[in-house]
Amino acid sequence: MSDPINPQENRADDTVVELLSFLVAGQDYCVDIMSVREIRGGTRATPLPHSPPYMRGVINLRGAVLPIMDLSSRLEIAAAEDAPRSVIIVVSTKGRTMGLMVDAVSDILALPEAELQPPPEMPADSGRGFVSALTIVNDRMIRVLDLDSVLSSIGEQAA
Amino acid sequence: MTDPMAEIRASFFIECDELLEAMQDGLQAIDEGSGDGETVNTVFRAVHSIKGGAGAFGLDALVGFAHRFETALDEVRSGRLTADGEVLRLFFTGSDILADLVRDSRDGLETDEARISPVRDALDRLVPAADAPGEADTDALDFQPLTLALDLGLDDGAEQQADTATWSIRFHPTRALFESGNEPLFLFRALRDLGALTVLCHDDEVPPLDAIEDPEAPHAWWAFELSTTEGEAAIRECFDFVEDLCQLEIRPLSEAPVIALPDPEALGAAPDAAPPGTAGREPPPEADPAPPPATATPEAGNPGPAAATPRATVRVDLERIDRLVNLVGEIVINQAMLSQSVEAAGIPPNSPVRAGLEEFLQLTRDIQESVMMIRAQPVKSLFQRMARIVREASATIGKEVRLRTEGENTEVDKTVIERLADPLTHMIRNAVDHGLESGEAREAQGKSRVGTVHLRAFHRSGRIVIEVADDGGGIDREKVLAKAIARGLIEPDSQLSDQEIDNLLFLPGFSTADEVSSLSGRGVGMDVVRNAIQALGGRISITSARGEGTSFSISLPLTLAVLDGMVVRVAGETIVVPLNAILETLALGPQDIRSLGPTTQVVRIRERFLPLFDLGAELGYRAPLDDYTGQIVLLIGQEDGASAAVVVDAIEDQRQVVIKGLHDSYGRVPRIAAATILGDGQIALILDPVDLVARADGRTRQPKPATDPKPLPENTGLTA
Repeated sequence: MSDPINPQENRADDTVVELLSFLVAGQDYCVDIMSVREIRGGTRATPLPHSPPYMRGVINLRGAVLPIMDLSSRLEIAAAEDAPRSVIIVVSTKGRTMGLMVDAVSDILALPEAELQPPPEMPADSGRGFVSALTIVNDRMIRVLDLDSVLSSIGEQAA
Repeated sequence: MTDPMAEIRASFFIECDELLEAMQDGLQAIDEGSGDGETVNTVFRAVHSIKGGAGAFGLDALVGFAHRFETALDEVRSGRLTADGEVLRLFFTGSDILADLVRDSRDGLETDEARISPVRDALDRLVPAADAPGEADTDALDFQPLTLALDLGLDDGAEQQADTATWSIRFHPTRALFESGNEPLFLFRALRDLGALTVLCHDDEVPPLDAIEDPEAPHAWWAFELSTTEGEAAIRECFDFVEDLCQLEIRPLSEAPVIALPDPEALGAAPDAAPPGTAGREPPPEADPAPPPATATPEAGNPGPAAATPRATVRVDLERIDRLVNLVGEIVINQAMLSQSVEAAGIPPNSPVRAGLEEFLQLTRDIQESVMMIRAQPVKSLFQRMARIVREASATIGKEVRLRTEGENTEVDKTVIERLADPLTHMIRNAVDHGLESGEAREAQGKSRVGTVHLRAFHRSGRIVIEVADDGGGIDREKVLAKAIARGLIEPDSQLSDQEIDNLLFLPGFSTADEVSSLSGRGVGMDVVRNAIQALGGRISITSARGEGTSFSISLPLTLAVLDGMVVRVAGETIVVPLNAILETLALGPQDIRSLGPTTQVVRIRERFLPLFDLGAELGYRAPLDDYTGQIVLLIGQEDGASAAVVVDAIEDQRQVVIKGLHDSYGRVPRIAAATILGDGQIALILDPVDLVARADGRTRQPKPATDPKPLPENTGLTA
């Protein structure tokens, strides 16, 4: 799960990937657009008792119970008690659906695979490999989020 | 999917399941001594019907075995053989094998011949050689699909009551009768309802297949002998609608039997020598030498409730029902939203809108209950599976075990039944393997050599309770404790109550068997059972008395879809507490609260002291309050009767909520059973009161180490 190499790297180099980029505590992140189900405004989530601090709780998504994760807290770049986040990106991977709370959705990027580079090994961050690749757009570094590892341990501490 | 044969085949196998169930019931009744003559017939009929259907689908293995079984059962029916002891055991084994054969035929699998043949031979040995049809297998293969209609009233006419008159009826249907869509079978059934009926079909006028010129022309005719207390008018009434469409002759039968009639073929070739004067309905051109169906339905001879026509049922795809259940769930949510809007609009309580809404509420609830009832099924099928487990398990380890079941008509959601099978199997095996002592050991203690396992189901306060109890040696607590310490599951100097020691059995990786036997002790422990039960929203508890036995009690919700709950607020959050867990609610007075430990308090309620838990603090929503005077508490009841006082801020409502599981989207949340959607569209969590009490730390004062006593396994089970 924490393998920093994105499996997408195996694709042919001329493949274009589409990514949805967004802001988390002032940093640029993005996810594969194919994993995005919808984007919706932030609503108050019902907190789950004794859940990790990055779990905001659950919301009602048209009759389904959707867990909401505060991405800035999950990525350990800001405390969970920060200013209220405004946008929820509903992502789904490996049959799990989850809402990611972010500051703002920025753009949809279409990039050739070749422009994605693996992040350098950073021993201090080992075990927290949430970024699977890096790229540069308009002089800004954009981090490609590894959804599997972001969502991996959710609920498993209690499951 | 749309292949009609496949559909018929599928419904045959569904029918088989019902027949197997009836057969099991019958054997059980005989075993318990509560059976009568009719019981054997029921078993016989079930086997016979399976054979008939199997023949139609060319399931040779099934037909072959069913035929042997049937022949042996016929010996019992005729009184030449008594079903007890070994014979009955053989029949039980036979029924298991028949069930296997049915299953394997359905799934297109080969059944292990080595398992069948000894039983088949044993069944054959029950039948005196003269009666044993040598060509049984080939006979049976000729069995015609038509015989499926065997519930047709037939009787060997052996016993007739004195005050009944016997009538002879001849019935020649004309072409017009069939053209107008009449079914003679229904007429026969109507006749059967009048009394003991013997039917003889005369097919001698039926031309050979290649000589049939007009396939729609009727050739067969029927002769009946009917013993009835009714008069001729009643008999005629049966034919009311077809009077003009047939030749009918009804006359009292005083002289010699009219039906010394043809069909010598069929009668002569029937090796089991059924009483003369009987034959199948519309036997096919080639003679049918299988045991005549006439022997199948003697119930008309002794009219009773058994002969009553079964209530009509419909088979519905489960998916459709689930869709209905979901829709009704949505209605409930919608209706709650509507109620909330009406409230918010400030419409006065006695307005027509309110009254209409009230009615709507009632209707919704009725619909919901009805829909839930569709999904409910008796636990009988489950219990029958367990009966088999007991038989097989006891045979494997050579203990004599008797299973007593009770309350098998208790109904519970189908999903619950399905998902209970595995844990229950495990518990039953445990009871037989570990729970009961060996026969010698039992006798040495002055107990009956035969061990008993009780399987009980009953309803208790909106839940279904299933108990598995054995009358074995009970839990050896010293051994359990020693083993738990040896495995490092608990500290060597732990002081545990008996209850806590018993609960150690639920710890992962615990097994009391000294040696691993082929039945249990393979690493799958009671912790797996407990997890399965908890996944269904149930609890399992254990009681044991040394030398008297062990009893496991599973308590489960009746349905997995809705819940009656009390909506409460605590620390700004809305929580739903299952209503059946709440014994009462009350407001705390200053005199009610007493300090216990440095951080804990108890509540005095009617001379009892209950632990005080602050729901907000237990869920981590807030720190304990300074003063609980005036707060509202819910008294929570537990499976074992113990209870706790749980503080909430306010009680808002009492209503039915639709359960939305958290497991799939998030995982198990400790202290929380599920979630629901309230009228305002917000999600509220549904409390798991028992889990809350089990995990509660009881801190209601200045934080210091908690000293609250807690059941140990619940604590170690945090990751369960």
